[in-house]
Amino acid sequence: MSFSRRQFLTSTAAASAASLIGFQGASAAEPIPIASLLDLSGGLDIYGKPMIDTMTLAVEEINAAGGLLGRPLKLISYDTQSSMQLYTQFAQQAALKDKVAVAHGGITSASREVVRPVFDRFKTLYFYNVQYEGGVCDRGQFETGVTPAQTVEKLVPHAMKKWGKKVYVVAADYNYGQITSQWVKKYVTENGGAVDAIEYFPLDVTNFSSTIAKIQAAKPDFVWSALVGGAHISFYRQWAAAGMNKSIPMASTTFAVGNEQIVLSPNECNGMLVCYNYFESVKNPENTAFLERFHKRFGADYPNVTELAMGTYQGVKLWAEGVKKAGSIDRMKVIEALETGISIKAPSGTVTIDPPTHHCVLDVHIAEVKDKKLLLVEDFPQQKPSDTAAVCNLIKNPNDNQQYVIKI
Amino acid sequence: MSGRDLLGLVVAGAAGLAVLILTPIYFELDTVLNLTVYMIMAVLALSLALVWGFGGILCFGQSAFFGLGAYTYAIAIINMGESTAPLLLSILVPALFAAALGYFIFYGRISDVYLGVITLTVTLILFNSINSTAGPEFHIGAARLGGFNGIPGIPPLNWPLQKDKPVDLQGMFYLSTASLIVVYFGLRALLASRFGHIIVGIRENERRAELLGYDPRAYKLATFVIGAALAGYAGCLFANWGAFVSPTIFGLAQSAQIIIWVIVGGRGALIGPILGCIGIQWLTAALGANAPTGAGGFAAVLGNAPLVLGAILIAFVLLVPKGLAPTLADLTGQRMRAR
Amino acid sequence: MDLAALLGVQVLYAIASLALISLGLAIIFGMMKVINLAHGEFLMLGGYAAIEANRFGLNIWIAILVVAPIVVGAIGVVVERTIIRWLYGRIIDTMLATWGLSLFLVGLTTAIFGNTTVGLSAPLGSFEIGRYRMSAYTLFVIAVAVAALAGVLAALRYTRAGLIARGTMQNGAMAAALGVNPGRVYAVTFGVGAAITGLAGAVLAPVSGVFPSIGGAYVAKSFITVIGGGAAIVTGTTSASILFGAINQLATYATTPVFGEVALLGAAVVLIRVLPQGITGRFFRRSL
Repeated sequence: MSFSRRQFLTSTAAASAASLIGFQGASAAEPIPIASLLDLSGGLDIYGKPMIDTMTLAVEEINAAGGLLGRPLKLISYDTQSSMQLYTQFAQQAALKDKVAVAHGGITSASREVVRPVFDRFKTLYFYNVQYEGGVCDRGQFETGVTPAQTVEKLVPHAMKKWGKKVYVVAADYNYGQITSQWVKKYVTENGGAVDAIEYFPLDVTNFSSTIAKIQAAKPDFVWSALVGGAHISFYRQWAAAGMNKSIPMASTTFAVGNEQIVLSPNECNGMLVCYNYFESVKNPENTAFLERFHKRFGADYPNVTELAMGTYQGVKLWAEGVKKAGSIDRMKVIEALETGISIKAPSGTVTIDPPTHHCVLDVHIAEVKDKKLLLVEDFPQQKPSDTAAVCNLIKNPNDNQQYVIKI
Repeated sequence: MSGRDLLGLVVAGAAGLAVLILTPIYFELDTVLNLTVYMIMAVLALSLALVWGFGGILCFGQSAFFGLGAYTYAIAIINMGESTAPLLLSILVPALFAAALGYFIFYGRISDVYLGVITLTVTLILFNSINSTAGPEFHIGAARLGGFNGIPGIPPLNWPLQKDKPVDLQGMFYLSTASLIVVYFGLRALLASRFGHIIVGIRENERRAELLGYDPRAYKLATFVIGAALAGYAGCLFANWGAFVSPTIFGLAQSAQIIIWVIVGGRGALIGPILGCIGIQWLTAALGANAPTGAGGFAAVLGNAPLVLGAILIAFVLLVPKGLAPTLADLTGQRMRAR
Repeated sequence: MDLAALLGVQVLYAIASLALISLGLAIIFGMMKVINLAHGEFLMLGGYAAIEANRFGLNIWIAILVVAPIVVGAIGVVVERTIIRWLYGRIIDTMLATWGLSLFLVGLTTAIFGNTTVGLSAPLGSFEIGRYRMSAYTLFVIAVAVAALAGVLAALRYTRAGLIARGTMQNGAMAAALGVNPGRVYAVTFGVGAAITGLAGAVLAPVSGVFPSIGGAYVAKSFITVIGGGAAIVTGTTSASILFGAINQLATYATTPVFGEVALLGAAVVLIRVLPQGITGRFFRRSL
């Protein structure tokens, strides 16, 4: 009888797994499988959930327009549950079992570096659609997120002009935070300023009281935050609770990526400056139409569409354009098509692939946090990924395959 | 050894060999790769089955040795280039660490929950320490520790002393499955020996064993070290399978997982933890694959991995109280060998 | 001088928050020997209860001090009656069941609340110590911790319910023979432990934020504090919190938060080695 219970459990799990496959309607032509590998549960799901939603919308839009090459797209979504082991397992599964035409996914740089070799080995096209520290040089992969040369380089002088030359940096203690803080230091020094100190915090730290005391003692003109994740939101809370947000302003290229401006009260974060590719307040016809479609699909009360969610949407659309141009889903043909410099009119503006680096040329804006919204302050159209371009040229060296740690 | 037990061993051996030989022939590479990691985790589960199931030592930090093995292999092979020494080191370093920690614990007469808390604390210390080594100044020789990002791109094992013949993907499967079979039969032999009977006796009643002249501290220490060596070896294989290692390997989630496998499988059994480990791993992956997109209602609930897994575990505890192996054994009417 | 005062307040705050998150677990583990791996999730639920109550318009103090404990206490009673009660005496099985419960609660909360929740901002503003500014809310947290510890002590020492609870904890069979219903005592005790944990989660919500997976950060520390404290509930929790909280905060100030954590963990290892039964195994032996 217990044996039959184990059988019951196993068959229930199998049945539920099976029932989730192929939820798309039946179609005459054979579907093109594409995969997403995102954290939809666990600590990083604040980033993953909006990304899968925009990806779902993108796939549905493409299918509604007749699919690609006469075939509908089939989205296979993997929930990596914030676990590196599952990233590896699902990457292998997507490449070998589902034999997907393209995989979109990975959130932290750590997860990207785990799946990149897997996709390279099994020759699956891979798109990484999240902002990161720059330097990946891999012909089998495309990056659609912003890099420090596109955002940090613009925000630092703007903030210094507005507030002053003494900066205190607080950063997440991993690859991204370490490298971004070095870029901040470089641009601050280049603009005639000085960094008081850089402090690093692993992703699960919630106790910032002594850091806040140290910042108070140092008296900087503004604080730069490269903090990441749910636990680090407590820094902003404790900062505001100590009344510091009224006296020392803050700039960041990570704030608002997890919709922190909605989680915190306006009192706690008004006046912060951020810099990204996409904001809901970007004014152009594509964005208006996109938001209308998005809210119709996911509800009018959906919180802000984040930078990462739009990056994913744009990544899928770019890939679709590549397939159309190549007339095939064969990996090499699509890569070559994309390398002709394919461009789309996206809700964030024009997004073009930069052939030597496989990164994107994008519009970038500086925005200020005000009453849970992000209002545009300054615009920088069509920024090139110059930091990666300095070390990576896939046209000259097509077999290059690594992440360069860019010398700052 | 009774006829029944011999039959059990033969069945286990035959099943193991069948999986080893037939899987790459009949199944796709994807299944082979998934099974590889399940085999590796099963070795890890066996290490705790020995230490806790038979030794009675509630080690809540078995992941510490697993992680030490993985990191040692990664750092050693990046520095040395050839894999024989790193493989041996990945077994030796956790064993030495366990010897030191075990001496600290057992000769201090610490047991039960307190021991569990100390081992948990140790693995958390390792987690916190390695998690904050992201800066470039943290490196051992040529290998950067990498902090939260871990160490990606770890070179694979190669055939002993032949640097240019790396073990390929199929080879990894053979190695992992063969390791599991060897470890399983090795532990069976160990537990059937005098040593095995003594540690079970110590688990049952430590004072009585001591009064009979056996030093429980030494035996517990030995068990602890053997378990750590096995966990370290599993760590080395894991670093090979994924070609990466990250600090989460030391975290609470990983250490709790190992405990869960042994509980589900049944303490005092070896096959049970293997099945429990593979079952839960498979279930977790199945719940994460094919997550429903944009759907609501029932489908969203089924795709909610923690929700479903949690409910299944609770139901399991209430409905299958003794664990898999004892329940299966009851069913087949077979007397459990090692209680 | 003002730095010393600032540091003093911060140390007191570290002790207070550690005591608050551990007290509920001390009650549950101390009284019933149940290893509740879902402890972090009770904290998380307390935070959500306060946030939701506040969102529906309730005054923030009532949300934190009244609604959260009641809600989580009720959940605790339900959990005890449906799951834990079948598993008394089976420590290992309660570990598995509560681990499954913790996963279940995380999944449930994510499904209901999603991942972007409005948080609670710390009320009470800030005050100055010399040239430093501190949040006045930290003083409130310290006050709540002291009140909770005193309250539990008083309840155990001076009330009949406390007496019954202590008696059942010492010898359940004897208490039953004397006419007490142990099942009811256990349910109420688990509920009280859960309620205090919910209160702690709610009190800390404005400081560290609330999201479904925040429980994992707390569960290890609270276990270490409870075990380090030893058998006595109030005295053990207090003494262990004082020791670990002070070490943690001072090390954090001297170096980095990570090293502060490592210092706390290292102190725990040394403590348990030196005092294998926890602090109250040797000192304050017969206290509550």
